[in-house]
Amino acid sequence: MKYKSQKVAYWFFALSMLLLSLQLIYGLIMGFAHAGMDGLHEWIPFNTAKAVHTNLLVVWLLSGFMGAAYYIIPEEAQHELVSVKLAYVQLISLAVVGVLAIIGYHFNIWEGRKFLEIPRGLDYLVVVNVLLFMGLILMTLWKGKRKTTTALVLTMGLLFAALLYLPGMIDFDSQVLDSFFRWWVVHLWVEGVWELIMGGILSFLLIKLTGVDREVIEKWLYVIVGLTFLSGILGTGHHYYYIGVNKIWLIVGGIFSALEPLAFLAMALFAVNMYRKGEKKHPNKTALLWTIGSAIVSFVGAGLLGFAHTLPQTNIYTHGTIVTAMHGHLSFWGAYAMIVFAIISYALPNMTGRKFYDTARGRMAFWISNIGMIGMTVAFGVAGVAQVYMERKMKVDFMSVQKDIEVHFWVLIIMAILFIVGITLYIIEFFKHGQPNDEALIE
Amino acid sequence: MLSKKQARAFFLVGTAVTFLIFIGLTVYSLGEAQDQTNRDQLSESAIRGKWLWDKNNCMGCHTLMGEGGYYAPELTKVVERRGDAYIKAALMSPVPWQPNGRKMVAYNMSEAEANDMVEFFKWIGNVDLNGFETIVSPLAKKNN
Repeated sequence: MKYKSQKVAYWFFALSMLLLSLQLIYGLIMGFAHAGMDGLHEWIPFNTAKAVHTNLLVVWLLSGFMGAAYYIIPEEAQHELVSVKLAYVQLISLAVVGVLAIIGYHFNIWEGRKFLEIPRGLDYLVVVNVLLFMGLILMTLWKGKRKTTTALVLTMGLLFAALLYLPGMIDFDSQVLDSFFRWWVVHLWVEGVWELIMGGILSFLLIKLTGVDREVIEKWLYVIVGLTFLSGILGTGHHYYYIGVNKIWLIVGGIFSALEPLAFLAMALFAVNMYRKGEKKHPNKTALLWTIGSAIVSFVGAGLLGFAHTLPQTNIYTHGTIVTAMHGHLSFWGAYAMIVFAIISYALPNMTGRKFYDTARGRMAFWISNIGMIGMTVAFGVAGVAQVYMERKMKVDFMSVQKDIEVHFWVLIIMAILFIVGITLYIIEFFKHGQPNDEALIE
Repeated sequence: MLSKKQARAFFLVGTAVTFLIFIGLTVYSLGEAQDQTNRDQLSESAIRGKWLWDKNNCMGCHTLMGEGGYYAPELTKVVERRGDAYIKAALMSPVPWQPNGRKMVAYNMSEAEANDMVEFFKWIGNVDLNGFETIVSPLAKKNN
């Protein structure tokens, strides 16, 4: 670690680990409910478990992105963070908003809008929190000695993510308009600006881990984020096929969302090529594993599985079924969770001075969690395809189909337990590093 | 070979152009002439129903226009399928509604609230969903 203020990143990463653990518990509750065991219904009904599960995902990923920014920006800008105290204030307020929202969901206090359930009062706190975060990052960049493309792309991603939260705060009387603008937030986050954040973190890691010239890596970073926006912005149309808006979105959404895998393919090729091209063999093999793994799994989960049901002719059957959960799980895991794990794996030894670069536990965490997640994706896929066939083609009643596919959720639960074992190993490795300290500072 | 400057231009110009097209298409498709939702028929009661739908996070279990929780039935054409009385009974029940073993939260709504929800579902049921309403089964009567 080169700058003292980078230590603040550790606490954002620690918060991520805590929230991720909770997210997995609520995921299991949902899995059991789908399998016919909803014994917790009275206290944690399915809609509560789902809101907690998805919102914790968003908050722990955001906490991970923020930690990544607090680690990367001082190093890229060659300047200490402008205020460490305010960064801690921001961390605490983020945790408070997250915890209040989750408690509220157990008492029917929410907005019933998928992924954006946080009630309006807390929305304003989110805005203040993000403004504080962006202020700290932008001021550090402004005062820094250099402005790199990596830092700019990462900051641009974070800034756009903050701005795009705003359309989700507009009230509409029409469910169609509500849904239309909800996707401005959700789609343009996960298939747009979050990819900028991912690209920025990936670029930073590849520069550090492979030793390939910064100019080469950053040039390709521009191409990748260019492809992301070129396809992703108009690709929003695939959410507009069947929600009550003009048919023009069938054509526009169909064409551009079919191009979306290109950005992920480019990212995978980019990461693998840079690794092969690199002459520097950084000893942190765990970070490298998560970095390359993220680029490849995101291509499969977000790119290929997204393409599998994005064309209007297919989507008319799969829209609103478990098939979406199949795509959603592997894409969030590959593109965002794994890149957060990668930056944590890179930054932790540098912040704590404990060089756990290539441990058996670290490797097992990677492989077991990935096998578990791929197994979950297959279980969702089989359940989803069976649901589509029976419900949409054979016209079988919704609940009869749900009974018939319960068995696939038992497979899902077994694979989820495997996934949790992998994540637990990762979290143990995280805390084995100890806390960041000034002795880890290098000149 | 592509230079970094050209790569940056590709990113900036590509983003600007697609964003402008996206805004243009949004304005076009949400214009009055393109309306597929019968927005003039959106009554005060249906708006109150939508508010109840949001307030109780019904989307956390059910789907509506294919969006939601995938845990409970799709409700796009639920009035056509089940009728007012059945829907109101489910919403006004003081104990969890569970006709097929999967429990629903007992909302214990008043009759006025249940009526608002029915009006909301009726409005949704008349939205033109570009053919989805005829595929998603067993929603459309003409499909059964």
